[in-house]
Amino acid sequence: MPATALGNYDFEPLDAEKNFHGNIITYWNWVDHLMFCAPIALPLAPDMPFAAVVGEVLPGAYGYHPDFEKIDWDAAEWTLDGAAFTPDLNKSLKENGLGHKSVVRFTTPGLTGVGGSYT
Amino acid sequence: MNKPVRIKKLGLKDRYALMTRGLDWETTFQPMDKVFPYDRYEGIRIHDWEAWEDPFRLTMDAYWKYQSEKERKLYAVIDSFAQNNGQLGLTEARYINAVKIFLTGVSPLEYAAHRGFAYAGRHFRGVGPRIACQMQSIDELRHVQTQVHAMSHYNKYFNGMHSRYHMHDRVWYLSVPKSFFDDAMSAGPFEFLTAISFSFEYVLTNLLFVPFMSGAAYNGDMATVTFGFSAQSDEARHMTLGLEIIKFMLEQDEANVPIVQRWMDKWFWRGYRLLSIVAMMMDYMLPKKIMSWKEAWEMYFEEAGGALFEDLSRYGIRLPKYYEVATKEKDRLSSEVWSIFYNYGYAAAFHTWVPTDDELDWFSEKYPGTFDKYYRPRFEFWRKQQQEGNRFFNPTLPMLCTTCQIPMGYTEPDDPTKICFRSSQYKGETYHFCSDGCKDIFDFEPEKYVQSWLPVHQIYQGNCGGATVPEILDWYRLKDGADNGDYEGSQDQAMWKEWMAARARAAS
Repeated sequence: MPATALGNYDFEPLDAEKNFHGNIITYWNWVDHLMFCAPIALPLAPDMPFAAVVGEVLPGAYGYHPDFEKIDWDAAEWTLDGAAFTPDLNKSLKENGLGHKSVVRFTTPGLTGVGGSYT
Repeated sequence: MNKPVRIKKLGLKDRYALMTRGLDWETTFQPMDKVFPYDRYEGIRIHDWEAWEDPFRLTMDAYWKYQSEKERKLYAVIDSFAQNNGQLGLTEARYINAVKIFLTGVSPLEYAAHRGFAYAGRHFRGVGPRIACQMQSIDELRHVQTQVHAMSHYNKYFNGMHSRYHMHDRVWYLSVPKSFFDDAMSAGPFEFLTAISFSFEYVLTNLLFVPFMSGAAYNGDMATVTFGFSAQSDEARHMTLGLEIIKFMLEQDEANVPIVQRWMDKWFWRGYRLLSIVAMMMDYMLPKKIMSWKEAWEMYFEEAGGALFEDLSRYGIRLPKYYEVATKEKDRLSSEVWSIFYNYGYAAAFHTWVPTDDELDWFSEKYPGTFDKYYRPRFEFWRKQQQEGNRFFNPTLPMLCTTCQIPMGYTEPDDPTKICFRSSQYKGETYHFCSDGCKDIFDFEPEKYVQSWLPVHQIYQGNCGGATVPEILDWYRLKDGADNGDYEGSQDQAMWKEWMAARARAAS
């Protein structure tokens, strides 16, 4: 039952991909760094290379944190929509399997926030 | 000539019978189902509307009389508060930020409640609940008016209180209370009463009004205390309506039990998520604290709520689903939510700050299991950064929960170090949630929430005034450098310091 209603109740989703002017919404979460209170939402072009996110977008989002410059990206562990994955940095987001409203989480081994507080 | 017959005045019971239920009739020009089209589609079965009990037995004429007496007293106090510069009696100007949240987040809900109860007061075919809802509808209108009048005095001096309705409709965090009520108002009348009268006003009210009113009393805010007192007798009536509607549905037909239980599950969770902001207000925003959120949760939900649901168990009702998750969150809730507002304080119509050293110690004492481990290092780091002129703000917009619309700042029930992610697929689209509670609500009625107006997505779609922060703040009518940002260095703080210095000079 889609909704308890008197009549027909059928609506377009407000956040369909076509409403974002060619971008897809992607969510990113740097695990164990809750100084950033929640995962971030980034509207990105699907043909953007994964390397550009890591090299150009994430520094702007997370660079404030003292752990950020200590990240060894080769050791980073990734999940995409809940499953482990290894991004190919030279391929696009789309080729890496990211779709509209995908969730990317990355763990940076050895880094657990300010004073080990997961902040 | 015959001597006129002296008619004895009617007793309370007879007056009530004649002047409420006696005014009702069965329609004949149109069938009752056409006159009352909304009270059956939710699946609730009512066999005998006459079984409705109203313990207050209030008639309209008595209602007007009581309310006008309360109004006279209230406005006398409000006038004297304004004439005597009541704002100077506050513990500290920081406190006013709690009032700003109330005025932009809660007072508009009183107005929404006025509309919602007017709708329920039209659409029940039984006259007993209809009259009770009509009175509550007028109460709610009175509450929003008295709140606005009482707080208008602060608006003369403090920032962030100038555009409450405009902000309520647009500002990102105010979509949380707004969508909560929109959800209730777009349901049928029985679900609306379960949502607002029972779950919110009966089960959770002590976690909303008591903290705000005691917080006000502790912090010298006599304006808020005064309207709180004026609303109190109304609230008692509202709570009674909340319990009565539940018992009425449960007693009328056994088939109603699972429907009512599902509504209780849903509205407990939605109400609890909405109360996150109260948790933060109690712990972080009151200069003089009443009790911690954790203590309030234990007293008002675990003990009082536990007794209530034990009483309802004879109807086959159990505690709301996921109450145990709420209990697990009590050690971290306020810190997680204050962190959200500290992150995005540049886009909020109130100020945020790092607690003082004394306050940090208060937290360590109240939250021994979590505070020193997870949150003290965070605040000490943020304070150090601020003192070095590098105050932290999160530069990227957050991911939001589709149901409660709160940034996804809540952590896994059993691990306060990991963000809790849940998601569902519906008609080829993905939807994300902060909790199992919010996911369940979506899964039962996805069509309702695929329309969620999520502020972050709306900004990215280009519907909020522009793509830059100044454009969006303009669209919110939020004055940059005055309404938002850190309390440290704010205009509110500077003005307060000036007042206190003048007072010290006058005293010496």
